[in-house]
Amino acid sequence: MKHLTEEQLFAYREGETTQREAIAEHLTSCTACRTELDRIEAVLSALDNLPVPERGPEYGRAVWQKIAPRLPEKAGRGWRAWLEPRRWVAIGAMAAVVAAAFVAGRWSKPKDAGAPAASVAQVRERVLVVAVGEHLGKSEMVLMELANAAPSASGQKQINISAEQRRAEDLLDANRLYRETAQHDGDAALADVLDDLERVLLDVAHSPQELTPAKLESLQKRIEAHGILFKVRVVGKELQEKEKTPNSAPPATESEKRERNQA
Amino acid sequence: MIRMSESAGRTQDREALQNAARESDAIAVERTLAGERDAFRSLVERHSQQLFRLAYRMTGNEHDAEEVVQEAFLRAYKNLGQFGSRANFGTWAYRIAANYAIDRMRQKRNEEARRQTPSALAEEQEQDPLDLVPDERPTPDRLAGNTELRKKMEEALKELSSSERTAFVMRHWEGCAIEEIAAVLKSTTSAAKNTVFRSVQKLRRALEPYVGARGVLQAKAAGAAPQPRGTEL
Repeated sequence: MKHLTEEQLFAYREGETTQREAIAEHLTSCTACRTELDRIEAVLSALDNLPVPERGPEYGRAVWQKIAPRLPEKAGRGWRAWLEPRRWVAIGAMAAVVAAAFVAGRWSKPKDAGAPAASVAQVRERVLVVAVGEHLGKSEMVLMELANAAPSASGQKQINISAEQRRAEDLLDANRLYRETAQHDGDAALADVLDDLERVLLDVAHSPQELTPAKLESLQKRIEAHGILFKVRVVGKELQEKEKTPNSAPPATESEKRERNQA
Repeated sequence: MIRMSESAGRTQDREALQNAARESDAIAVERTLAGERDAFRSLVERHSQQLFRLAYRMTGNEHDAEEVVQEAFLRAYKNLGQFGSRANFGTWAYRIAANYAIDRMRQKRNEEARRQTPSALAEEQEQDPLDLVPDERPTPDRLAGNTELRKKMEEALKELSSSERTAFVMRHWEGCAIEEIAAVLKSTTSAAKNTVFRSVQKLRRALEPYVGARGVLQAKAAGAAPQPRGTEL
């Protein structure tokens, strides 16, 4: 038998060759091949001694502390999430708002040639005002129901909030989009309220379905601490007013927007 | 006989522990997907050490390894829905870390290549070829400590391509199956096998002059470093 190739020897060492018996037999009688195999082994053994810096038992905790603030509220559910009906409802609603804004923009005739952009912007804002107003109304209802929830009978140990949770989850997607739009438009006041609302909706969505009276109370306190119901009512009312006054123009300039945000 | 039953008992214990860990991983994954973000913490705490070891061996430095570990968990969290609950979370996270480490190594290499200015390259080309022959014959003094060998090993590992290094780390240090390596390298099993072999071959060429018969430092290597032979004698 010819001497074994480096590849054959390595495959033998890895336990992968089909001619194991023939190779083993050759190795018993061939010093050169045995030496060669030893040399491969020697290099790999040396590499075994290459140290890896020690990480103590607290390492996992340290990693968690570093990544926790960067994790989104909910783990990604990948493509499966896109099959959920509630997501399609939210996407459909948003698509309807965008389409309405586009159509309204196309059909509204500018009164003078100098202000077509402002007119389109006004119509767009009005459509968004209606949509956000409705969204805040729905959110207020969910929060009100939770704020007023109480055990139906004395001695009831668990309160089921699954219906409110589902609605909170449904509202979350739309809330995110409205918040981003408000941020994009420079409407910091509305963006802040929507940001607060998002935290509360997330809190509700992530609570257990069945709550003990004590846990429900703690959730109610958290909602109260944000003062979110009050804020939602104020902004909702503002939007309703805006909806009623057809000629109200959106704050067109940066200074106007700043003034409104400060207010 | 007693020894055999003791060893069988230990194997069973180890299997039971592994199964328990896998089961609790599966529960943590389910809870995380249900919206309990803190459930992910137990997964991070359980698998960080293993991921760090892999990342360090692949990247060769602590800073990059730390980043790989963190990024792997972030990616795992964001894509947790794609993880089949019957699979092993540890293996899945491990694969994410390996893939990210490969990307990082490639990115670093590209950056380093870009940083090399044309003048530096020209200078290198104009050098006397004799100067380029490395003065690798270490003196006994230089080889007195393991530091020298360690440096040589780190250099040799750095010379491997990112695929070769990944294949070597996964196969030799982590004991991964060829199929698993192929999945990370996105190649066939026979290509992965070749990559492992190529990496060993390169490491051997680079390190054999410094390594003695038992894988320890070869102190008398200064004048008589053994040369690797060809494929046939």
